Amino acid sequence: MKQLGRLLMIAAALSLLMLFAFPMWKIILYAPQYPDGVEMHIWINKIGGSTPATLQNINILNHYVGMKYIEPDDIPELQYFQYVIMGMIALGLLAAIANRKGLFLTWTILLVVLCLIGLYDFYLWEYDYGHNLSDTAPIKIDGASFQPPLIGKKDILNFVAVSLPHIAGYFVGLSILLGFSAWWFKGKNARNEKTTL
Amino acid sequence: MKNRFNVKQALLTIVAISLIAILYHSCTSNMKPTAALSGDEAQAVYVPPGEYDEFYAFVSGGFSGQVSVYGIPSGRMLKVIPVFSQDAEKGYGYNEETKPMLNTSYGFIPWDDAHHPELSQTNGETDGRWLFINGNNTPRVARLDLTTFETAEIIEIPNSGGNHSSPFTTENTEYVVAGTRFGVPYPQKDVEISSYAENFKGALTFISVAPEDGEMDIAFQVLLPAFDYDLAHSGKGKSHGWTFFTSYNTEQKHTLLEVNASQNDKDYIAAINWKKAEEYMAQGKYKEMPANYAHNIYDESSHIATSTMKKSVKVLLPEECPGLVYFLPTPKSPHGVDVDPTGEYIVGNGKLSADLTVHSFDKMLKAIENKAFETTIEGIPVLRFEDVLAGVVEKPGLGPLHTEFDGKGNAYTTFFISSEVVKWKVGTWEVLDRAPCYYSVGHLMIPGGDSRSPDGKYLIALNKITKDRYLPTGPELTQSAQLYDISGDKMKLLLDFPTIGEPHYAQGIAASKIMPKSKKMYPIEDNNHPYAAKGEKEARVERDGDEVHVYMTMIRSHFAPDNIEGIKVGDKVYFHVTNLEQDWDTPHGFAMMGARNAELLIMPGQTETLLWEPQHEGVLPFYCTDFCSALHQEMQGYVRISPAGSNVPLKWNLGEDEVIQ
Ligand SMILES: [Cu+2]
Repeated sequence: MKQLGRLLMIAAALSLLMLFAFPMWKIILYAPQYPDGVEMHIWINKIGGSTPATLQNINILNHYVGMKYIEPDDIPELQYFQYVIMGMIALGLLAAIANRKGLFLTWTILLVVLCLIGLYDFYLWEYDYGHNLSDTAPIKIDGASFQPPLIGKKDILNFVAVSLPHIAGYFVGLSILLGFSAWWFKGKNARNEKTTL
Repeated sequence: MKNRFNVKQALLTIVAISLIAILYHSCTSNMKPTAALSGDEAQAVYVPPGEYDEFYAFVSGGFSGQVSVYGIPSGRMLKVIPVFSQDAEKGYGYNEETKPMLNTSYGFIPWDDAHHPELSQTNGETDGRWLFINGNNTPRVARLDLTTFETAEIIEIPNSGGNHSSPFTTENTEYVVAGTRFGVPYPQKDVEISSYAENFKGALTFISVAPEDGEMDIAFQVLLPAFDYDLAHSGKGKSHGWTFFTSYNTEQKHTLLEVNASQNDKDYIAAINWKKAEEYMAQGKYKEMPANYAHNIYDESSHIATSTMKKSVKVLLPEECPGLVYFLPTPKSPHGVDVDPTGEYIVGNGKLSADLTVHSFDKMLKAIENKAFETTIEGIPVLRFEDVLAGVVEKPGLGPLHTEFDGKGNAYTTFFISSEVVKWKVGTWEVLDRAPCYYSVGHLMIPGGDSRSPDGKYLIALNKITKDRYLPTGPELTQSAQLYDISGDKMKLLLDFPTIGEPHYAQGIAASKIMPKSKKMYPIEDNNHPYAAKGEKEARVERDGDEVHVYMTMIRSHFAPDNIEGIKVGDKVYFHVTNLEQDWDTPHGFAMMGARNAELLIMPGQTETLLWEPQHEGVLPFYCTDFCSALHQEMQGYVRISPAGSNVPLKWNLGEDEVIQ
């Protein structure tokens, strides 16, 4: 049990690997004529969907109201954020090797800060797509915004848009929990050692 | 005391008599059967909006040459699948890709008379993979793919005439069959018609079906006397390995058949031992005969059909192949031949007979073993009627045509002349129930009713005549299908609904066997059409002499390119149009003004080609025909046509980016 803190720290770092196996976020559009829903998946390094053509189908919907074409190559975050994550995994493993309580806490707080920055960045993109509409849009609705919710549910014209974490998103949450527990157990072990001495 | 009792009795008698009178009155005043429906029937066929039917029914389109698809029990039509006839609605047989589907040894034939849909089977049960149907007039068999509900393959039947006893399947779809209804010279030659008996033959064709992809190939023909081979069904269970064909005109007449072909007391059911045929084929006991027939296959990834001519066919002669064919005498001019789910009973529906004849497969085997033959015809042993007879359903009705089974030991036979379906018990041959048909029923269908495991819930009668049953539509009236509930002891009429063409036969299958496999689109990355433009960047126009190839794309809600100049009078312009959509239910249409063929109707991920030969100078529009989106009306474009020999350069554009070649 002495190694519990360190093991939790390793698990916290490795949980982030799931970002390369699963999408971290999803935006689902519901309308009666889309019985299966249109489900867009945001990965750490790409944009996909529940079908290979989801992005094309969303872009077709967006073009009626003049929203920008979502072109993953034009979103720099999709290029570099994966390296930030790889760095975090490396740092987490280094912290586990060092096995220092303070490092566990620092790493975890750093991850929380990164998540908040990521969410804010996501919000900015959503705002941009929802508000910067083409002047030549076939359908113009005064004062309307098509910005999807950051998290939760929102009506957008004939659609209900739902925005929620996807599998890898939950693993990031797990990673934070594991990081904090690593710090806590490490502290507890240290205290126990003191009392037995 | 005694007196009071009598009064009571008298009162009761009066009440009873009045009740009977009222009942009698209401019965006779309600001769119209629809009025007798109580309202439960409406519930039984009502499928609420947005919900699904329990069964698919595939109904032949008869002389329309097509297959129609209905939901059962609602009777709602879901699709018409073009098979043997051009269909301007879908561009089938008009676009360049599907024209080869209608190629035959006589060239392009845009029509046929489609009779008998037949579902593929595995272990004697419908498996929902393919639907086969025969073309009667220019003998052909088609295979439809039930993941796309499109015609995937058509094979012509050589040296045959009137492909009526077709395309009934064997238990594992080893073969579908194609027996000739008309005797013809074999092979075709110029002879006097009166030389019928010596020069004419009747070929029964066995078409093998590849288990993986369903591809058909003519495995062999069995050459029989020139009787008229009317219908067929293969054995199942213990009789698996045999196929039975009915015949009439065993008199071998060639004129005034309505009299001349109705003289013999008994005609024959030809029992073919196709497992034996396989042995003879393996031993090389066949003759290679000259033939000329088309084999047309539609490739789902290139979206293009190809037609190949084949030049010979392998033929087995019964004289040289003992044990291959036996004749079972059957009264009079039997029409349908139907094998019960156990494979033991073979029902010969003698259409001019007063009784219904049922043969026993076990007795047939015993008679063959005992070699107690009545006679032989051209080397074919004729078994004795008494030796093979299992039983007779006595005087069940007039003009029996077809029988299907409910899997609960009951059989249902249609009677054309007395216009009814009669339910009888297999084994005891007693009549259990009868229900009128409106009018003149031909085939009937129970889902799986000709397989080893029928779904004995519904029965559909396919009627030839409707007279006063619907609002009139001038001299030509609809034919109809009538739905009966057969889950109880008595048949109960639930619904009738109109059909396209003549609904000869139909097949039914649980929706759950097909629905999960139904395709939603064609993946664009799998499209290997040589003229596909798989993105707007690939859209372009190329000239090669007077041939112009337009690589066009379509997506909500524009064509690329949508302005084309440099086309000249006398050009052959091929519009190769690719639908870039990858979403469910997003076809687009393409219509070019002045094109003398039809529209294109292109499914997501598909490429189709329209040939257009501009005749006059001018600027002509094209547009999308299938209301695809909020901006569908904007989905349009122009082609400028300049005089022959003009030097207007070829150029095209979508929006501002103009390309000049
Ligand atoms: Cu369209």
